[in-house]
Amino acid sequence: MGRPVPGWKSALLSLVLLALFLGAWELAVRPAGGGTAVVDPEYAALLGQAAQQGNATPMPGPGEVARRLWELLRDPFYVRGSNDQGIGIQLAHSIGRVAMGFGLACLVAIPLGFLIGMSPLLYGALNPFIQVLRPVSPLAWMPLALYSIKDSSISAIFVIFICSIWPMLLNTAFGVAGVRKEWLNVARTLEAGGWRTAIRVILPAAAPTILTGMRISLGIAWLVIVAAEMLVGGTGIGYWLWNQWNNLSIADIIIAILLIGVVGLVLDRLLGIAARAVSYAE
Amino acid sequence: MGTAPGLRLAEPASPPAARPYASVEGIARRYGAVAVFEDVWFGIGRGEFVCLVGHSGCGKTTILNILAGLEPPDGGVLVVDGKEVTGPSLDRAVIFQGHALMPWLTAAGNVAFALSCRNPKWSRARCEEAAGLALARVNLAHAADRKPAQLSGGMKQRVGIARAFALAPKMMLMDEPFSALDALTRGALQDEVARLVAEASQTAFMITHDVDEAILLADRILLMSNGPGARIAEVVVNTLPRPRTRANLHHMPGYHPLRDHILDFLLTRSSRFDAKAPPAGWTPRTPPITQPAA
Repeated sequence: MGRPVPGWKSALLSLVLLALFLGAWELAVRPAGGGTAVVDPEYAALLGQAAQQGNATPMPGPGEVARRLWELLRDPFYVRGSNDQGIGIQLAHSIGRVAMGFGLACLVAIPLGFLIGMSPLLYGALNPFIQVLRPVSPLAWMPLALYSIKDSSISAIFVIFICSIWPMLLNTAFGVAGVRKEWLNVARTLEAGGWRTAIRVILPAAAPTILTGMRISLGIAWLVIVAAEMLVGGTGIGYWLWNQWNNLSIADIIIAILLIGVVGLVLDRLLGIAARAVSYAE
Repeated sequence: MGTAPGLRLAEPASPPAARPYASVEGIARRYGAVAVFEDVWFGIGRGEFVCLVGHSGCGKTTILNILAGLEPPDGGVLVVDGKEVTGPSLDRAVIFQGHALMPWLTAAGNVAFALSCRNPKWSRARCEEAAGLALARVNLAHAADRKPAQLSGGMKQRVGIARAFALAPKMMLMDEPFSALDALTRGALQDEVARLVAEASQTAFMITHDVDEAILLADRILLMSNGPGARIAEVVVNTLPRPRTRANLHHMPGYHPLRDHILDFLLTRSSRFDAKAPPAGWTPRTPPITQPAA
């Protein structure tokens, strides 16, 4: 990697790159022909209001996106009927579903992973199922979930659950199976007993590996919720994004992408903090 | 300590009533048809310090693990305090070769965890207070709040020693506890252990391949022949007077004959020993007892 680079240098370069990108974006969407917009009548018919206002292209510039973002963030929690709710409400719905599905997956995957990690027999018995189910795209479960659960919102939670479970299950099993034998021997000579050993020795020893699995799972869950909400509709940032596509409000789509990225980053950072809290140096 | 110099035969195996505190009775470790060691008999009396010396591969660590109850023997039994050992016990504390501290706990946390296992009814505060005292006994009070990764190798092993002694076990088992340390640290810790053992009249069993360490600490030194098929070939009684320290040990009369005797065993006789054609007077239960220092 070479010598360490001071943080302000990379931050400055980030800002320069951002400015270049925004500038290029602005130039690319600026209407050609010196301000007098030539509106294709067919295009005007398609765009309706927007074209009549003189917008030569539906692709907004960075300024317009920023204005729209300010508009959305100024009042994020309004509710005007089921199809018109603030961006904050939509994000909260998505985060709530991810929390439910991910939480349920934790409750199943961590204890089960513990058992699998401690019992080679159980690991051998369950491994074929895990290996077959793990590579299945979470959305492939959606029709089956919709058919058997008959509730679109719960189906979305189920899909989050099923996609979150595998990395946590495997990482927990891996972490538990890899606990150093000498620590287990210490616990045995201390007559610590099964429960005490599990809580005081195996859990802290495997915690960093478990947290890594949780981080991977949460990342996948956040990826999947957007797609799942596009399918099931109703509420959530994925649904909102799809709705804005139907409205052809490209600015809102760009904003949705940005917000999904930011929320994903925040979720990952939260687990990153937890991971640092349980990490240890050997 | 006996006074008769040279070689003599031990009394025949004593009846169960006169068993020593810990009695190893014919234990073996076999992998298929190959025995690493077999027909190993010895006893450890109350308050006695016994060292087992031998080359790598003769199963020393396995013997210690069997004494700790961490592994069952493939033959024979271990009787401690009149009861057959079937598993680990808080009465037999182990100082592990590689300190075996839990890296997510502080030094005090490691000792406190052991104390909370020993005394389930103690409050957290009481365990921590006792852990602080245990660390002070090995001069580590200043490092109580540090994690093992922030401690030197010698300090880590000190924590391991404090943890084991804090349990006030009936017997202390030590598996080459100083072998991973540099010579200077090793010497300091040997003196430390010698002091702690003397203070508590601690019954102890230690595995080592360091002859001087054995002479410094042990009352009796068991010499083990090379594996496979290793046996206790000879028992050396260490008649050097206590207190012994590293500083005065090599000035003691008898030290050099004792050291030479053990070194000769390790260098030549350990590999020549053959249980099928044993030296005169040797039986598995009554290996010859020597007092080279007397």
